[in-house]
Amino acid sequence: MSNKYADRNRVVKTIFIVTGALFIVRLAMLQLFDPKYRELAEQQSLRPVTQYPARGFIYDRHGELLVHNEAIYDLMVIPRMVKGLDTNYFCDAVGITRDDFDARMKKARTYSPYSPSIFMKQISKEEYARWQNKAFRFKGFYISQRTLRIYDRPIAAQVLGYVGEVDQADLDRDPYYRMGDYIGKSGLEKSYEEVLRGVKGKKIMHVDALNREIGPYQNGALDTLPIEGCNLYTTLDADLQQYAEELMANKRGCVVAIEPSSGEVLAMVSAPCYDPNLLVGRIRGDNYRALNANIAKPMQNRALMEQYPPGSIFKVAQAVVALDLGVIQPNTGFVCDKSLVGCHNHPSAQTVPDAIKMSCNPYFYQVYRRVIQQNHDKSANRDSQYGLTVWHDYMLRFGFGKQLDIDLPKGGMASGNIPDTSFYNRWYGRRRWNFRTIYSNSIGQGEVAVVPLQMANLAATVANRGYYITPHMVRFYGPDSVRDERYTTRNETGIGRQHFEVAIRGMYGAVHEPGGTGHRADVPGLDVCGKTGTAENKGNDHSVFIAFAPRENPQIALAVYVENAAGGGGSWAAPIAGLLIERYINGEVKRKDVERQYREAAPCQKLPLPPHKAKKSKKKRQ
Amino acid sequence: MNPIERKKYDWLAIGLYLGIVIFGWLNIYSACYDPEHAAIFDLTLQHGRQLLWIAMALVLAIVILNVEPRFFADTSYIIYLVVIALLVLTLFIGNETNGGKSWIKIGSFKLQSSEFAKFATALAIAKYISAIDIDIAKFRTKATAIAIAAIPAGLILLQHDTGSALVFASFILPMFREGTSGMVLIVGLVAVVLFVLALLINKYVLIGIVAACCLFYLFVWLNKRTRRNYTNILAVFVVAVAFIFSVDMVFNHVLESHQRERIEVLLGKREDLLGAGYNVHQSKIAIGSGGFVGKGFLRGTVTKANFVPEQDTDFIFCTVGEEWGFLGSGLLIAAYVVLLVHLVSMAERQRSTFARFYGYSVASILFFHLMVNVGMVLGLLPVIGIPLPFFSYGGSSLLAFTFLLFIFIRQDADKNQLL
Ligand SMILES: [Zn+2]
Repeated sequence: MSNKYADRNRVVKTIFIVTGALFIVRLAMLQLFDPKYRELAEQQSLRPVTQYPARGFIYDRHGELLVHNEAIYDLMVIPRMVKGLDTNYFCDAVGITRDDFDARMKKARTYSPYSPSIFMKQISKEEYARWQNKAFRFKGFYISQRTLRIYDRPIAAQVLGYVGEVDQADLDRDPYYRMGDYIGKSGLEKSYEEVLRGVKGKKIMHVDALNREIGPYQNGALDTLPIEGCNLYTTLDADLQQYAEELMANKRGCVVAIEPSSGEVLAMVSAPCYDPNLLVGRIRGDNYRALNANIAKPMQNRALMEQYPPGSIFKVAQAVVALDLGVIQPNTGFVCDKSLVGCHNHPSAQTVPDAIKMSCNPYFYQVYRRVIQQNHDKSANRDSQYGLTVWHDYMLRFGFGKQLDIDLPKGGMASGNIPDTSFYNRWYGRRRWNFRTIYSNSIGQGEVAVVPLQMANLAATVANRGYYITPHMVRFYGPDSVRDERYTTRNETGIGRQHFEVAIRGMYGAVHEPGGTGHRADVPGLDVCGKTGTAENKGNDHSVFIAFAPRENPQIALAVYVENAAGGGGSWAAPIAGLLIERYINGEVKRKDVERQYREAAPCQKLPLPPHKAKKSKKKRQ
Repeated sequence: MNPIERKKYDWLAIGLYLGIVIFGWLNIYSACYDPEHAAIFDLTLQHGRQLLWIAMALVLAIVILNVEPRFFADTSYIIYLVVIALLVLTLFIGNETNGGKSWIKIGSFKLQSSEFAKFATALAIAKYISAIDIDIAKFRTKATAIAIAAIPAGLILLQHDTGSALVFASFILPMFREGTSGMVLIVGLVAVVLFVLALLINKYVLIGIVAACCLFYLFVWLNKRTRRNYTNILAVFVVAVAFIFSVDMVFNHVLESHQRERIEVLLGKREDLLGAGYNVHQSKIAIGSGGFVGKGFLRGTVTKANFVPEQDTDFIFCTVGEEWGFLGSGLLIAAYVVLLVHLVSMAERQRSTFARFYGYSVASILFFHLMVNVGMVLGLLPVIGIPLPFFSYGGSSLLAFTFLLFIFIRQDADKNQLL
């Protein structure tokens, strides 16, 4: 039997015991007799360094740089790694008080004791240089570099938007973001956030006892490179934008200019304007509060967020709808009967172009009556229901009564209002309303409400004789020049081209013929077509003007809206529109006196805005 | 001899097993501890999943303890063949890690077939050796036993899992107990020493030392110098010299570059604290900083900051060293040694060769894992990735080690019944 080898179990047991003893001796060497490892453990640390990709630049339609980045430095802390800190010395070095230090430390620790968070934002280059010399004394602290948005021209603040620190909602929504990250908060910065931001990279550095980086952790096996953000090539014309902002200075209101053939927005101004650089860097907090508290709401993009009664510009749309329905003919005339609705003194309109030119209210009362009461039903109320439904359909095809799908943030964007039957049923009760109840819509008052972008889109639709391309702010982005499919298709109104020509004869007359309401928009040598509007308001009325030029192959269509500007659309909005058209088509404005008059005019009380920041350098990037 | 004697489970072995498993889980929990997600039972985290594996392992243990002991002896070869088939299957449908296919994905569970090959091979060799007409002294017997171990080892090597393949060398110990010559152990030891010295010192100096040893043995140690002795010593000398010269060749051409680097780091020929030497350096820092009583449960800093890679699997011992100190890690080593020595004693009290051989296999396999894993973590052996039995994170290894141990405890419970 093999039991004669039973004694060999002692050999095996000895091997086991000796190995175990060897390990315990080794453990004793490491843990009890060699202080080296304890020191090493205390000295070394890992430092995750987020590598922020450069945010994409923003250009105007001619390739002029509108937004770029500049380097800034954040002071970071990993609370768990802060050891042996001479707090007073530290506070002196970075220039904060002891209380401030405690508050910041507490905030960082609450976020996470193990992960880095921003201790002090955007320290200056000088502070950064000072820091470099003392860094070794402040274990657990380090500098992280990132970039700041710089706006090359102080224009288009509401369109470009601004970037700000992520809030809790952003953190909850998208795990990409970490506390202290920056995100587009409004405008293009927000709507193109994912295009502009790129993808963050991560680097893990090994740090020694002197707080110096000694090399990448695990030779960079866990590191990822950042991917740069894409550049945006916008549709804006920076010169036109700046000029429009200058003209809108001291006023409240907005300007939207569109290239009709492409739907590209050339300028979008919301006055009062402010310098977008106000919302950059350390000064942002104070400026943000000041702007936010201003009752003129400068941060709001009025062109998208405000809805106004359109006033008489609405008559253009009524005319083409009635012509398309066949309820009037181009040479239909109506007496200016002021007992129906108020009007100014003018000869009665004999044709549709005349009525548009002179902006006769009773005329469009009659036109709207024929649209709403088409004698489909004996009951006036039921008949009006049918007519309103037909009309409502037409209006939606103009892009009214719904949000236009522009590439700016949809939050807060107004959709305007085009009342339908259910709207009036709710309002007055079923079949308790008819044309007589709703006739104000005919002249752009009553229940209709329109967003300025929709007004400019109306001008573009008329300029195109019947269709529009959804207005948009970005032509293409990124190295591959990505274009958005939404902005290449025509939205047809379904109304015949010839009907638009009739309306255009009226819009041309309004600017060029005697008795026209918009002659102040006239630019010598250009056949500007336009329509004035005055929207009733509790205070001073609003002044509106839509226009396009040239009459054939229009290059620009626009809407100008000036709030509380007494004197009607002809007196404020029309001349501003004329100047903008002159500037865009001719490249310069010859009528300096007109320019000066409207630039300086202040129709409403001036409101204090934060001072514009003095630009450090005006140099443009190559 | 009482045929109706009741089963007597070895509670010392079971107790040590439970103790090590629970202590292991505490350390996995600590290694993955994140103060922001401190939930204990969270299947998205390692410690949560390990809790599930432990529950499954305990169920498995109870099932094994209630199976007829003959069952494993009778089905040894079948189990072995099933596992071999599984290893072959892994080569084809396995999931790739580190360039080798070693996992089969079953749902979300990754089955590591190599873990199960160990107890299956132990059963198969035990069965073969215990056959009545077997004579361990015959070359044929030894060759067959080696082949039974070599087949799974070879297949695992094809999975690029060198560590697990090396485990099959453990069977040298049970074979030694059954009567093969102890020379294997001595020759193996000498070979390792020569290999290391050949890498460290000049080869001619080393040959001189070997020559001196041979002469010393011949003229001082031996009293009778026969002609046979002369030729034997000469043969040993020639083989040793050939071995020394082949070391470079093996080192540079047979080993893979990462294995070369690890050996160089171990021998101090390469200082690369951020590269190949990183793991062990950090591991030594973590353990060394633990001191006598350790930093306390969940209080480790080196392991918490994730300095040590794979700190929940192959480097789990770091957490023990850092948080429980010399006291905790020393006691853990002691617990393992007590279990191992006790397993040998248990094996010796078996009445069947099958059970005895299997018992020795269990002890040897566990010993090999302990030696290689802890030796690696303590910087005594090159980095070879194999888990610490019952302790490291991983479902396959915990279940397989539970199989291994409890089959033997079951055999032992019925040792007084004649098989
Ligand atoms: Zn009139």
